[in-house]
Amino acid sequence: MSQIEIAELNVDLDDQGYLTDHNQWTKEIAVAIAGEEGIIELTDRHFVVIDFMRKEFKETGTGPSIRRLTKQSGVPTKELYALFPGGPAKKAARIAGIKKPEGCI
Amino acid sequence: MSNNNPDAIKKVSIICANGSLEGVYPSLIMANGARMDGIEANIFFTFFGLNALMKKTVNSLKVATVGNSALNMAMPMMGFPITTPFPTLLGAIPGVSNLASWMMKNEMEKLDIPPVDEFLEMISDAGGKIYACKLAMDMFKLKIDDLVDHVDDVLTVGQFYEISAGSSIIFT
Repeated sequence: MSQIEIAELNVDLDDQGYLTDHNQWTKEIAVAIAGEEGIIELTDRHFVVIDFMRKEFKETGTGPSIRRLTKQSGVPTKELYALFPGGPAKKAARIAGIKKPEGCI
Repeated sequence: MSNNNPDAIKKVSIICANGSLEGVYPSLIMANGARMDGIEANIFFTFFGLNALMKKTVNSLKVATVGNSALNMAMPMMGFPITTPFPTLLGAIPGVSNLASWMMKNEMEKLDIPPVDEFLEMISDAGGKIYACKLAMDMFKLKIDDLVDHVDDVLTVGQFYEISAGSSIIFT
């Protein structure tokens, strides 16, 4: 799905493609952004990660570190990288509709 | 969004030749950070850097408190101004290096920076490759069994350059 098609879902993205307001997020948007990131299907395991990231973001105002994500969500590092190939932190944050992660870990 | 910059870094090979706590972490953080962004990453541990891979030393790396002119008393937990020097003679007192290292590890844990063995596992699980230098292994009379399980291979310099094809090489 292209950027324009994502835009048709009435969602505001910043210049790097992250949602500017996480409250606009819907599963439909997640599926659309995932498609653009090359993830054809979002499974239950993807949503374990996405839900955890959204919860963490609402509580702390920032996405979790990878270490926190893997330890707390129960999705191990290997699986996380397999679910979101080519950069899990940023891809998952984008799909989860939260800000681009700022941490180094 | 995928990075469309044609000059974007796709692969890094990081050389770690120091075995102090502050010498090892930059390599680990940079390699892990690369994997987080989908960049291929190799770390090549040589000389005292092997301390980070040895089962016996992996979790007891220390901050250098002697001859470390950059060290100061501001280590957050002490509350001194950052300009207060850390006297090298103080650093030589038995136990001081242990204490400073313990304090630093506590601060790192707060920032979610894992201990060295867990960090190596994390990088390995993330698809990063961990290599030990053959010459340094020979020099220190080490065998692969002396190293933690996450080590992918023992390489010569030539092999390291081979696996580094197309990568940026970073010496930390």
